[in-house]
Formats: sequence, C-alpha cells, structure tokens
Amino acid sequence: MKGYASLVKPYILWMSLFIVVPMLLIVLYAFTEHGNALMAFRFTLDNFMRFFDPVFIKVLFKSLEVAIITTVLCIIIGYPIAYIISNTSERTQTLLILLITLPMWINMLVRTYAWISILSDGGILNSIFEFFGLAPIKMMYTDFAVMLGMVYNFLPFMIISIYTVLAKLDRALIHASHDLGANPIQTFLRIVLPLSMPGVISGITLVFLPAVSTFVIPKFLGGGQYMLIGNLIENQFITVGEWNFGSAISLIMAVIIMGSMILTRKIDRDASDTASVEGGKLW
Amino acid sequence: MVGLKKHNFTKFFILIGVLSFFYLPILSLMIFSFNDSRSLTSWSGFSLQWYQALFENREMMTAITTTITIALVSTFVATVMGTLAAIGISKSRRLIKELVLSVNNFPILNPEIVTAIGLMLLYSSLNIEKGFMTMLLAHIIFSTPYVILSVLPRLRRLDPDIAEAALDLGATPLQALWKVIVPMITPGIISGALIAFTMSFDDFVISYFVSGNGVKNISILVYTMSKRINPTINALSTILVVIITIVLLVVNLYPYITKKEIKEAE
Repeated sequence: MKGYASLVKPYILWMSLFIVVPMLLIVLYAFTEHGNALMAFRFTLDNFMRFFDPVFIKVLFKSLEVAIITTVLCIIIGYPIAYIISNTSERTQTLLILLITLPMWINMLVRTYAWISILSDGGILNSIFEFFGLAPIKMMYTDFAVMLGMVYNFLPFMIISIYTVLAKLDRALIHASHDLGANPIQTFLRIVLPLSMPGVISGITLVFLPAVSTFVIPKFLGGGQYMLIGNLIENQFITVGEWNFGSAISLIMAVIIMGSMILTRKIDRDASDTASVEGGKLW
Repeated sequence: MVGLKKHNFTKFFILIGVLSFFYLPILSLMIFSFNDSRSLTSWSGFSLQWYQALFENREMMTAITTTITIALVSTFVATVMGTLAAIGISKSRRLIKELVLSVNNFPILNPEIVTAIGLMLLYSSLNIEKGFMTMLLAHIIFSTPYVILSVLPRLRRLDPDIAEAALDLGATPLQALWKVIVPMITPGIISGALIAFTMSFDDFVISYFVSGNGVKNISILVYTMSKRINPTINALSTILVVIITIVLLVVNLYPYITKKEIKEAE
C-alpha cells in the first residue's frame, strides 16, 4: 500500500513548476525594474511606491467599497431566502436549490451581458418606466449597475452556503427553545443565527473574493471609464504592458484579500467563543 | 390559520421575486435572439436570422470547437492526473500531505486574475508563444486541484485492507489500483471530472491572459464582441442555455426515474 505514496511525486514536480514558480514570478516582477525580470535583475520598491498615488488609492478604496456593499447586500437578500428554502418540504428544497444553481452554469459573461439590454437608456426597464409615465433613469455605467451585476452573479453562492448550514441544523434545538418559552424572534436570534454563522462566513468568502477582483462586470456594466482594481491590473498587463507595476498591484490585492479572510475567520472564532461563554453562563 | 396563510404568501412572493431576478435577464436574452431586427430592446417580429448568422460565422464556430476541445482534453488529463495524485497524497506521510494540499489550494483560494498573470509571466519567461497549447495547459493546471479535492474524501473512507488483500492475493499494484481502488472512488472521480469540465467550459479570466494568436474560446469571443452589440451572442447563449438545462434536468431527475423503476420492479 505504501508504494502508492510515490504517485504524489510527479504531482509535486508539476505543482512546483506550474503553481509555485508563477507565484514567485509575480513577486519577482513586483520587486524588480522594467523589462524581463529574469534578464535584468534589479531590485526596486518603485512599483509599490507608484501605487501610493491618490488616483490608484482611490481605485483600491472604490473596489473595496463596491465589494463590501455587494457582500452585505448578498447577506441581506440571501439569508432570508436560504431560511425560507430550508423550511420547505424536502422535495421543494431540492427543486428550489436546482432552480437557484441552474443560472450559475451559464457563462458568467453571457449572464452579465444580458443585463445590458435591460438597463440601457432605451432598455427594457426604461421602456416599462415610460409606459407608466415615469421619467427614464440612467442606469447603465453607474455604481448601481455594477453592484447589481455583482449581486446577480454572486448571490447564488451566498444562498447555497447559508442554506447548507441551515438545512443541517438540528430541529430539536428549535423545538426545545420554543418549549422553554422563547418567542420565534428570540429563537432565531439566539439559536438559529449563531449556529448558521459558519454558512454566512463561507458565503462572505465566496462573494467578497470574486467581487473585489472581477474586471468583467465593471467593464460590461460600468463602462470603459469605470475602474476597479481588477481593471487596473488588466490594463497594466493587456493595454499598457507595464508588467512590473501590474504584478505589484496584484500582490497588494492578494495581501488585502488574504488579510480580510483571516480577519473574517478570526471574528467568527471570537464570536463563537463568546457564544459558548454565554452558553456556559446559561447553564 | 389566516395568519399562517398570509405568512406563506409572503414567503411565496419573496421566492418568486428572487427567481424572476435570476431568470428574467436570461429569458430576455433568449427572446431577443429571435428578434427580426438588430435591436435588443424592441421587438419587431420573429426570425431565425441570428441563428443562421451564428452558423455562418466562422469565428464563432471555431470558438465553439476550441472551447469543447479544450474542455474535453483538459478534463481527461486533469482527472487522470488528479486521481493519481490524490491516491499518492492519501498514502503519504502527514507532513507531505499537508504541504501538498496547501500548495494545491493556492489556485482555488487565489483570485483568478492572480493565477492568470502568474501563468502569463511563466509562459513569457520560458519564451513559450501563447496560443492553443498554452490555453490547454492552463486549463489542466487550474482544474487538477479541484479533482484532487473531490477524490480525496472518497479515499479517506476507503478501507486500506481491501487493497492490501488484493495485493496479498497476487494482484500487481497496477491491477489493485485499477480493479480495486479506482472502482471504489468512482463517484469522487466523476464529480471531480464534472467540476473540471464546467470550470474549463466557462473559464474567461485565465484563458484571456494566456491565449494569443487569435485563439479564442466562447468567453473571450463574448468579451471582445460585447462592444458591438450583436444578437448572434444571444443566439449562441440560447443554444448553450437549452443544452445546459437539458443536461442538468437529466442528471438531477435521473435518480428519481431510476428509483421509480426499481420500485416498480419490486
């Protein structure tokens, strides 16, 4: 049996070449000067200093703002829906989850593109407004359009990850809480919500990470002038050709994302610690 | 009782609301693929001209072939490699196991754009010209970790004595692998392959950064065409939506149908 352990060796080689080396290359490019980093190997911090320009810092904050609002909206909309689904019959649950996951199988670009004809100036929504005698509203190329596109694309992840936890919740706890005299709101706040936090946390990870790094949604629904950090990176690599600066931005983004993930996990752990302390007092 | 009914009514409305939010854009996309004019917002009559235009558009047909070829080949390679690697990982010492798994998680946890530029920098450092092969290799690279993650739980549940018994009874390690281990982890392999296929089929970000020389998959084509709005994209999307819906319905209803048949047979 132990002989099979050697099957891992080729994959270690593969991983080193195709996962580790590319990551190291990004770091190398970020810390070196112009040109091919492997040829002209000159250490510099200029790429990072350049980022501390108000223009770029603004882009960074804008990306974080949009991603945070999107994540919060996904929790506010997704939680009740996950909750409602988890309380239906088993057959309905299967059907509803299938209906919610189905759009996720359709190409993300196509789904985002579909919104253009709905939101555009002479689009479907504005035609409806016009029909009711309302003034047309400019929706394309606004923050609203970009966030709508993000919520549309990432909401299923939030619903599914909260639903998975809620569906596994022990119903006996809820009955016990009712029997002990708690009203439905108290039961929800003190039993269901704390126990479903792991689902919310993994949902946050699944929404925030793609929301902060996407460049397709802002490009389609925000227009060519709409800049988020993903667009900035795309521009540096595809249009401008400043690979060193682009690598530095990616590194900054990766660090911020990892930092926020660790922070989220820590908040979750602290929260469950206090919850268990409270529980201890209760008994 | 009235209160309860009112409650259910609200729930029903919320569910209908969210489902229409998910489906209305897709529906409007499909409807306007049959529009007689170029407009994506005003209906001027039924026509199949955009479907005809789609099948006459050589660039689109090439993109479709490229997408399917890359998805099939990369799924096959990633599934074989991922399964073998997973078996190796499960039998390795703890330290190696943890080390390999944490590196393996990198492409899954990293934003796609970071994986994409990493590979782009790798190709350019090795002086490899970007094209079909670089795209294929990239797809194998990013989908293998998912195969490993879906095969590993199956292996954990596997009784090591069974493979041991096969070896004691005179099977060669290869025979034991193929005839004993693989059949027992097949569900994990299949779900890994499905994930790999859809990841490859839908990928945009990584393909966009690592392909060149006019090699385009469907996503890249949609991205480059979106600037000049064109209902052929709607026609293509409608075909994709219909195929995906049929496949998903069959996959999801299959257990029900077979269960029913078994029941009837009983």
